[in-house]
Amino acid sequence: MEKVKYLVIGNSAAAIGALEAIREVDKEGSILILSDEPYHVYSRPLISEHLAYHRPLEKMLYRDTGYYQRNNINKRLGVSVTGIDPVAKTATLDGEGTLKWEKLLLATGGAPILPPLKGMEKEGVFTFTRLDDAKSIDDYLDSNTVTSAVVVGGGLIGVSVTEALVKREVPVTVVEMKDRLLNTILDGDSSAVVESTLRRAGVSLETGRTVVSINKDRAAPGKAGSITLDDGRRLFCQLVILAIGVKPRIELVEGAGIEVDRGICVDRHMQTSVKDIYAAGDAAQAYDCIYCQNRVVPIWPNAYSGGRVAGLNMAGVKSQYDNATVMNSLKYFGLAMTSIGIVAPAEEGYEVICWHDSHFYRKIVLKDGQVVGMVFTGDVEYSGVIFSLMKDKVDVSPFKEKLVSPDFNLACLPEDIRREKLSRISL
Amino acid sequence: MARVYVKEQVCIGCRLCEVYCQLSHSGHKELVKAFRGPNIPVPRLRVEVDKHVSFSVRCQNCEDAPCVHACITGALSRNSESGQVICEEERCVGCWTCTLVCPYGAIRQNQAEKRMAKCDLCPEEEIPACVANCPNEALIFAADEEQVVPEP
Ligand SMILES: Cc1cc2nc3c(=O)[nH]c(=O)nc-3n(C[C@H](O)[C@H](O)[C@H](O)COP(=O)(O)OP(=O)(O)OC[C@H]3O[C@@H](n4cnc5c(N)ncnc54)[C@H](O)[C@@H]3O)c2cc1C
Repeated sequence: MEKVKYLVIGNSAAAIGALEAIREVDKEGSILILSDEPYHVYSRPLISEHLAYHRPLEKMLYRDTGYYQRNNINKRLGVSVTGIDPVAKTATLDGEGTLKWEKLLLATGGAPILPPLKGMEKEGVFTFTRLDDAKSIDDYLDSNTVTSAVVVGGGLIGVSVTEALVKREVPVTVVEMKDRLLNTILDGDSSAVVESTLRRAGVSLETGRTVVSINKDRAAPGKAGSITLDDGRRLFCQLVILAIGVKPRIELVEGAGIEVDRGICVDRHMQTSVKDIYAAGDAAQAYDCIYCQNRVVPIWPNAYSGGRVAGLNMAGVKSQYDNATVMNSLKYFGLAMTSIGIVAPAEEGYEVICWHDSHFYRKIVLKDGQVVGMVFTGDVEYSGVIFSLMKDKVDVSPFKEKLVSPDFNLACLPEDIRREKLSRISL
Repeated sequence: MARVYVKEQVCIGCRLCEVYCQLSHSGHKELVKAFRGPNIPVPRLRVEVDKHVSFSVRCQNCEDAPCVHACITGALSRNSESGQVICEEERCVGCWTCTLVCPYGAIRQNQAEKRMAKCDLCPEEEIPACVANCPNEALIFAADEEQVVPEP
């Protein structure tokens, strides 16, 4: 039976984070990377640029084409793993037999959540998480007359695909079940800024609404021709994108004796409940240093850094994942916006400080004198400085007002904090 | 690793470091030309000022640089020879994910081209332009950081 030291399932952010960490430590140990997507590693968020501007795959690659060979990594792309056996330490590949591993990383990412909608099987209905999805939508636009589209779900993926479609000059309506867009990553005020930006770009918004069915096109019954909203209204559209969210891909661990909650549970070393099996990225439920609990946080930077921690531990170097939380940088239709941590606290016990003018605003959320969340719009250049204060758990009470001031900069920090921060470069 | 050091106590906040950084990345030799015309380069560093305190800040090429780990397109990487964090600008899409994690706010925005702009230590020059043109010696360049021993 074929044997490898490190088996990595998934060929995206978390996988690459792990590979790079492993190779920093172990130059020789055999590595095999597997993915059911047939492409060289690409930047998933750029699928919207592919749809919007036909950005070619060569310009979406996350690492150059010589990457695997140079790092002595074997790859098998376009191959699914159909099962793993944690006791025998094997993995079964679709049509390609079984192989043995010593250390395994599950970097299987997420899969789109599909709402149980009548008419979902019609032509013209797509999800949007893979390059192939962007290609299929592109083909559909080229071979059909699409005069309007409905995007179901106003989260990160929904708004990304909306922007791409608008750039393709397709009129879009976004249907969002909650009362505002991007409700899991923004607060009410910043959602409102995004909503008005989208409206100005010509997008129609139906918030607080759901789609109950996708209806046939009278002229071509196999194709989508309209949707019906829960208030009975019908919106004509030839294209429907389902973007209500992604869920961790856990099918490989179900029944394999590995602990699963919403995602694959991992400890601070990114190891699952079974020794030598690690998980990272969108598939994993890992520690969040602001919420102080394990959560599924499906964002690219955390996938990479979680993968990196997993890789170091797999190669025998103790490393902990204890510096990450949810964070997003958005720039829809040119509007820059950043959000980190707890931006819309639901319970008591938080203090909120805001600054705003007629266009932009800045907000921080404090708990016990420490920053636990922030939202900046417009000028976002100091977002990372605030995040560093969050990670370092600095008591900012004496200067909290300064943090949201439009004049905020590093010189505004108290001397001791500033000196500490600049210790490497101060003379 | 080459590095620019700052002396906060002698910085007068004149911002000439920003100006000469712009000149150095403009493709021109003269200030008047660099600052005329549509494509005035963005300074790749920033002077931080609050009342009497001022100093200039640029990319510090952190160990385990969080921006390199966070970059969603792969535009950021570390050059294994120089140790510097480099940005392949044509691969940058201006998503500002790097900005979320830079503890120094050292990533500037080239709004015209929708790309990040970071200090590259002026690879064509022997001494970075900001250091060479600081009127008060508030900036010190060390080609190798071992050379510099901070004053107690
Ligand atoms: C349109 C869009 C825009 C986004 N924009 C942003 C953004 O701006 N910023 C941000 O931080 N994040 C963004 N994200 C999220 C980001 O792309 C993900 O967080 C990131 O890709 C997660 O990486 P990962 O390595 O965990 O998994 P994934 O990228 O999901 O990759 C997992 C891979 O594993 C493969 N796989 C799974 N199971 C198997 C199996 N059994 N056998 C073989 N292969 C398997 C999958 O097919 C896939 O190729 C966006 C996502 C989308 C879809």
